Amino acid sequence: MNFLLEIGTEEIPHWMIPGALKQLASMNLFGATPQVDATPRRLVVRASNLPERTPDESQIIKGPPLSAGDKAAAGFAKKQGVELSAMTKVGDYYELRKQIPGRAVRDILAETLAPTILGIQWPKTMYWTGGKTGSRFIRPIRWIVALLDDQVIAFELAGVKSGNITRGHRILGSSSIPVTFDSYERELRKNFVILSADERRQKIVTEISQLGAKLDADLIETLTFITECPTAIRGDFGPAFLELPAEVLTTVMRHHQKYFSVESAPGKLAPHFVAVMNTSGDPEGLVKRGNERVLKARFNDARFFWDVDQHKKLADRVEDLSHVTFQAKLGSYLEKTNRIVKLVEELGGNARAQRAAYLCKADLTTEMVKEFTDLQGQVGGLYARHQGEPESVSKAIYDHYKPLSMEGEIPSTHEGQLVALADKLDTLRGCFAVGLVPTGSKDPFALRRAAQGVVKILVEAKLDYKLDDLVTGDLREFLLDRIKYFFREIRGFKYDEVNAVLASGCGTLSDVEARLTALAVVRPTEDFEPLAASFKRIQNILKQAAFEPNAVLDQALLEDGPERALHADFVRVRDAAKVETYPAALGQIASLRPRVDTFFDKVLVNAKDERVRNNRLTLLHNLLTEFSTIADFSEIVTSGDQK
Amino acid sequence: MDSFQQTLFKLKRYWDERGAIIQEPYDVEVGAGTMCPETFLRVLGPKPYRVAYVQPSRRPADGRYGENPNRLYKHMQLQVILKPSPDDILDQYLGSLEAIGLDLSKHDIKFEEDNWESPTLGAWGIGWQVMLDGQEITQFTYFQQCGGIDLDLVPAEITYGLERLVAFLQGVESVYDIEWTRGVKYADVRLAEELQFSVYNFEMANVDRLWRLLGEYEAECKELLAKYEDYPDKQRFPVLATYDQVLKCSHLFNLLDARGAISVTERVGVIKRVRDLAVGTAKLWADQQQEVA
Repeated sequence: MNFLLEIGTEEIPHWMIPGALKQLASMNLFGATPQVDATPRRLVVRASNLPERTPDESQIIKGPPLSAGDKAAAGFAKKQGVELSAMTKVGDYYELRKQIPGRAVRDILAETLAPTILGIQWPKTMYWTGGKTGSRFIRPIRWIVALLDDQVIAFELAGVKSGNITRGHRILGSSSIPVTFDSYERELRKNFVILSADERRQKIVTEISQLGAKLDADLIETLTFITECPTAIRGDFGPAFLELPAEVLTTVMRHHQKYFSVESAPGKLAPHFVAVMNTSGDPEGLVKRGNERVLKARFNDARFFWDVDQHKKLADRVEDLSHVTFQAKLGSYLEKTNRIVKLVEELGGNARAQRAAYLCKADLTTEMVKEFTDLQGQVGGLYARHQGEPESVSKAIYDHYKPLSMEGEIPSTHEGQLVALADKLDTLRGCFAVGLVPTGSKDPFALRRAAQGVVKILVEAKLDYKLDDLVTGDLREFLLDRIKYFFREIRGFKYDEVNAVLASGCGTLSDVEARLTALAVVRPTEDFEPLAASFKRIQNILKQAAFEPNAVLDQALLEDGPERALHADFVRVRDAAKVETYPAALGQIASLRPRVDTFFDKVLVNAKDERVRNNRLTLLHNLLTEFSTIADFSEIVTSGDQK
Repeated sequence: MDSFQQTLFKLKRYWDERGAIIQEPYDVEVGAGTMCPETFLRVLGPKPYRVAYVQPSRRPADGRYGENPNRLYKHMQLQVILKPSPDDILDQYLGSLEAIGLDLSKHDIKFEEDNWESPTLGAWGIGWQVMLDGQEITQFTYFQQCGGIDLDLVPAEITYGLERLVAFLQGVESVYDIEWTRGVKYADVRLAEELQFSVYNFEMANVDRLWRLLGEYEAECKELLAKYEDYPDKQRFPVLATYDQVLKCSHLFNLLDARGAISVTERVGVIKRVRDLAVGTAKLWADQQQEVA
C-alpha cells in the first residue's frame, strides 16, 4: 500500500527542517522505506509497499510449575484471559501458546501517527491551543494529509483532523487541494510549491549563477528552506556605496538581507545584488524596486555609522571601554585590553603588536560594530588603517578574532597571531580562574573555540611557547584535550600516537607535531610495534616489581651475553638519539628490537641475587625513560592489545 | 495613493470587521505597544479578548535628531491582539495587507523566524518578522509567557511598524517624506519633536533627577504591590494604577540608557528591578481577575 503523510504547519525556521526530516526518515513503516521532503510549511513522508496487515505472531508464555497444581494453572489462565484447556504441559511447567493476530496497518497508523509527529524533537517548541498543557510543536499545525492507498488514515492532533486536502503556496496557490498519493507532488507544483528541497536548491543555484551571484553555500541552504517557490532576481545599488568597505556591504547584503553579492572581478564588488524571492516572478519589477530601496536605506545607515565613528579615533575610544563589561567577574573591556597588552609584551611582541593589542577592542564602542556585531575586529582594522595606523597594526586588529572555526584561517601576520593568542588566552585564564568552565554542551563563553584557536595558532604559526609556560592546572588539561582533538581530527594522526607523544610531555606544539610526524613515519616499520610491545612488557615488569629507581647501573654486575649487549646498544643508541632528528632517533630506537627480544629470551630479570635483579631492573628502567622522551611507546596499541 | 492616516483608517476598519475593540493610544510613555495594559495585562488569564490600537512608542536611544531617514525616537505601531489566536490568523494578517492596497501576487512575502523576548516584562513568544520585498514590516508573535506567567490562551500579537509600512506603500525613501494627509508631510507633523526630544534625551535630561524619579516610581509601585494582600475589597484595588508605575520606571530606564548613564554592569540590575515590578503586577492582575470571576 502507498503511504502519504503531510504535516501542514506555519513557517518552520529554515535551520531546523533538515534535523526534523532526519528523524522522520527513521519512522517505522512496517518495512517500507520512508521518503522525506519538506518546505517551510510542510513536512512530508511518502512510502510504497506497506503491508496491509502486520503478520500474526505466536507467543509462548511460561506458566506455573506443574507441581503448583491445576488451581494455580486455572488462576494463570484466567489472568491471561483463556480457558484452562488452552494451557499445555511442557516439561515441568504449564505453558500457554498465544496466537497474536496481526493488525491492520491502517489501524496502527491511526493510533501512532499523532504521537510520532509530536515526538519530533525541536530545539524550541511552542503551544498554541489548549493552554500550556496543549500539544507542543515547532509552529502551529494547521492541516494534516494522511493517506493509505488514498484512503484517509483518520486521527486528530491539536484540534486538526487528518484528511486528503493540502494547501498550495500561501499567495499563489489554492488553499484547498484534494490529493492522492500519485497526484500529490504534481498538484503542489501546479499550486506553486516545489516539494523537493534538492530541486529548489538546484533552481536557486542555476538562477543565481545566471545572474552573476557569488555562490554562498550557507545562504543557498537557508533560502532553500525559507521558500516554496524560489525565484532569483537581480537588483542594483548606487556605485557610490562601493566606497564603503566591502566587508560592510557584504555583511549588510548577506546577513541582514539574505542577498548574494556580485563581483566584477575576484574580490571586487559590483554594484548589484541577487535576491531570492518566494514567488514565481517579478514581471512589473516591484520586488526588485522594493529590495533596492531597502538596501539603499541600509547602506545609508552604514555610511552614517562610518562617518559618525570617524569623529573619535580608535585610540581615543580605548578609555571608553571601561563602560563595556567583558564579564561581570572579570571586569570591563578596558581591563581586558590592559591584560592583553601585558600578555603580548610577555610573549615578546614588538611595539606594533602591543599597539594593536591596545586598540583591538576599541571598535566595540563604535556605531558600526553595535549595528554589525559580526564585524567586530574587522571594523577596528579598517578604522585603524583609515586613521593612519601602520599596516601591521591595522592588519593585526582586523585578524585578531581568527580563527573563527577549526577550518578558519589564523591571522596572517606575526603581530596578529600574538594579539589573537593573547586575547584568547586571557579569556581562557580569566574564565577558568572564576570558575566559568564549560560543562557538557554548555559553553556560553565559547571557551572550546578559544582553546581550539590557541592550539591552531600555536601549531600553524609554529610559535615556540611551551604549554606549561602559558597555562596551568585545569586549563592545562582543557587545552591538552583540544590539542589531542586537533592532532587527531584536523591533522589525522592516530589516537594512540597522539596519546603516546603527549604522554612524553608537551613542550612546544611544533615539537609535538615533529615528534608525531616522526612516530607516524616509524610506526609502519617492521621493528616498531614489537618494540612497543616490549616496552609495555618492561613497564609491567617494573610495576610488578614495584621498582623504585635508586641506584646507578653497575656495569660490573651485567652478565656477559644478551644483557651486556643490550646495555652496549642502549648506550650507543642513547648517545646517537640525542643528536639525531626525531625520525632517525626513532629508527635507532626501533633497531634495538632484536637485542631486547634476545634479552627477554635469554635473561631472567628476576634473578636470585638481589643486586643483579635490581641492576637489571635499573637497566630496563633506563631503557624505558631514556627512550620515552619522544613518545611513550607503551601507549601504542599493538596487535597483541585488547582494545 | 493613500495617505498615512488613510492607511491607518483602513487597518483599523479591517480589524474592526474582525471583531476587535479599537482602542486609542495609551497615555503613559511606552517603548512598544506590547507594554500597554491592553496587551500586557489582557493577555493574562482565561478571558478571550480582541483589541487593536495605534501606539506611539518612545525609544529615546533610537533618536537621531531627525537626521536619519529611517530611525525615530518615537515611531508608531499598530498593535493587534487576538486572544485566543484564530486558526487562520496568518491569512487574516495577509488579508490586512491586501486591504491597504497591496497586491500580494506581485510581491515577495516571507515569514522569517524571529522569537520575541522582553526581559523587562518577563515575557516571550515565538514568531516571525514578516518581510515584504526585503523590508521588515511586521513582527508576529504567539505569546507564551507574560509577566512570568504561562498564558492560558495563546494570543497572536501583530505589530505593524507603520512608518516603514507606509513609506513602502508610498514609495518614499525617508519616513519624513511620507504624506500624512493631502499636502502635509510626516516631517511637518513630527520633525520638530524628533529633534527636540533627541536634544533632551541625549544632552539635557538631568541624570540625577531621572535616577531619583526612577526610585520614586519604584517605591510607589512597591508600596502598592505590598498592600494588595490585606486589601479587603480586591475588585477596588488599583492594580491598573500600579501598572502605570511600572511603565514610568521602564521609560525612565530607557531615558537613563539613552543618556549613557547606565553602565553595562548596572544594566542587568536595573532591568531586574523593573521586571520584578512587572512580574509582581502581572500576578496581582491575574489574581484580581480570578477574584472578580
